[in-house]
Amino acid sequence: MTYLELDTGDTAWVLISAALVLMMTVPALALFYGGMTRAKGVLNMMMMSFISLATIGVLWVLFGYGLTFGNSVGGLGLLGDPSGFIGLGALMNPEAMTGTIPTMSFVAFQAAFAIIATALISGAVADRMKFSAWVVFSVLWAIVVYFPVAHWVFNFSDDTGHVGGWIANRIEALDFAGGTAIHINAGAAALALVLVLGKRQGFGREPMRPHNLPAVMTGAALLFIGWFGFNAGSALGANTLAAVAFVNTVAATAAAVIGWLVVERIRDGHATSLGAASGIVAGLVGITPAANSVSPLGAIGLGVVVGALCALAVGLKYRLGYDDSLDVVGVHLVGGLVGTILIGFLADPASPAGVAGLFFGGGFDQLWRQVVGAVAVLVFSFVVSLILAKVLDLVMGLRVDADAERAGIDLTEHAEAGYDLNPIGGRLGGAGSALATAATTPVDVAPDVAPQTEGADQ
Amino acid sequence: MKLITAIIKPHQLDQVKDALERFGISGMTLSEASGYGRQKGHSEVYRGAEYTVDFVPKVRLEVLVDDLDAENVINLIVGQARTGRIGDGKVWSVPVDDVVRVRTGDRGTDAL
Repeated sequence: MTYLELDTGDTAWVLISAALVLMMTVPALALFYGGMTRAKGVLNMMMMSFISLATIGVLWVLFGYGLTFGNSVGGLGLLGDPSGFIGLGALMNPEAMTGTIPTMSFVAFQAAFAIIATALISGAVADRMKFSAWVVFSVLWAIVVYFPVAHWVFNFSDDTGHVGGWIANRIEALDFAGGTAIHINAGAAALALVLVLGKRQGFGREPMRPHNLPAVMTGAALLFIGWFGFNAGSALGANTLAAVAFVNTVAATAAAVIGWLVVERIRDGHATSLGAASGIVAGLVGITPAANSVSPLGAIGLGVVVGALCALAVGLKYRLGYDDSLDVVGVHLVGGLVGTILIGFLADPASPAGVAGLFFGGGFDQLWRQVVGAVAVLVFSFVVSLILAKVLDLVMGLRVDADAERAGIDLTEHAEAGYDLNPIGGRLGGAGSALATAATTPVDVAPDVAPQTEGADQ
Repeated sequence: MKLITAIIKPHQLDQVKDALERFGISGMTLSEASGYGRQKGHSEVYRGAEYTVDFVPKVRLEVLVDDLDAENVINLIVGQARTGRIGDGKVWSVPVDDVVRVRTGDRGTDAL
């Protein structure tokens, strides 16, 4: 690492961005996903985001940061060496700098990335995955899939002898904020997980409508705002690069909403609110890898394409028969692939990345790098996630039983209901509860009328 | 006495209630209901998947009336709930043996 002087403006922006990216998981993703499930599974869906925040947050401090951003083990570019970063205590030293910001602020920023990458997967498993199985899967997934892949993509080598990941440094695929490491990665894992987990009961026959579209739209809007931390924050400074990424994020997202709604209007006859919310997310996913390598006009082009393609891709699950409940594959895997590969065409040499794509006379040079990066992450994440899911299914079982699924996963897994729509009846305390004794102490109500029905005399 | 039950379109409710109040009906019970008759359901589209929603939102209005008023009340409800389009609902009446006002113990027509 090169030791530059600390810049307070840069540090402030990265810390604020870290908080914005945390907001993307809770509440934004939790609301976006929670509103899209049926009412009987809303709490479980939101809980999967909350628990990811908790588990991955702890892992990140313990050894996750080290595995991701440590010096590459053996110089292979496959995994970081966490020694020296265990518990992060060494980074409290004011001399621990990353560029112009304290390394600790970079740690905070990237913690939020690891959390949302993991939480994104949960949208695919709505209404049917044991909470315990989710906790174990998500923790192991972060360790064996996310930390290595983030190392490949986000860890850059420098002239002090620090060796980073192979995709960033050897393939030199452009991935500004995580089109491969976050979105292709989570999308491919979601596909693998639902193939093992199976479909919800009644999938393809019963309507499984979003139970709260205002929550979905609120969540999507908060994701949009949080994503400025994600993309513009990835500049790791308050500078032109951050501003370009910011404007490209606006342009692509706006265009993707239009792309998605036009497809819906033509195909289904209506422009829907769920389509607008989904278009926002598709556009954000698409511009994530490209925010520093395309022009604002290029971002608009990218946005229209990614919005339209994702709108078409979400129908695939019905034709191919996998129950990717909230379209993690259709939006994040497809959107991530489209964004990452389009860089090979749309990269503008005048942009901060300074690379020319196919449309700017750069030939196929950048395009093949993008394809290799995207495919490598897709295949690795899919295969390892598939093995992980299969093993966990054998060891602990991934799915709640059929009756519990029918009754609603909120009740059976969390003993709660999202909405108290019928507050009649019931009393304090359950069987075996200390409260039950107090609540059921008999009140002196003498029945002064006995049943008169024949045969009822006692 | 008769129990008159009306299943009607939710947005016709205010008109029906006002007309019943003007007629002198002093109370009624309302529940939200779902159902379909000849109208069948409607379709909704979510991310390209089209669903037919069989049960359409309705309200169920129940009024207890004296036998003498029953015919008039039925006519009033039908007149106010009708839009002429499919899905306007149904009204029916059934005889009632007895009614008790819980607070006072009044019985029969006194309890209406």
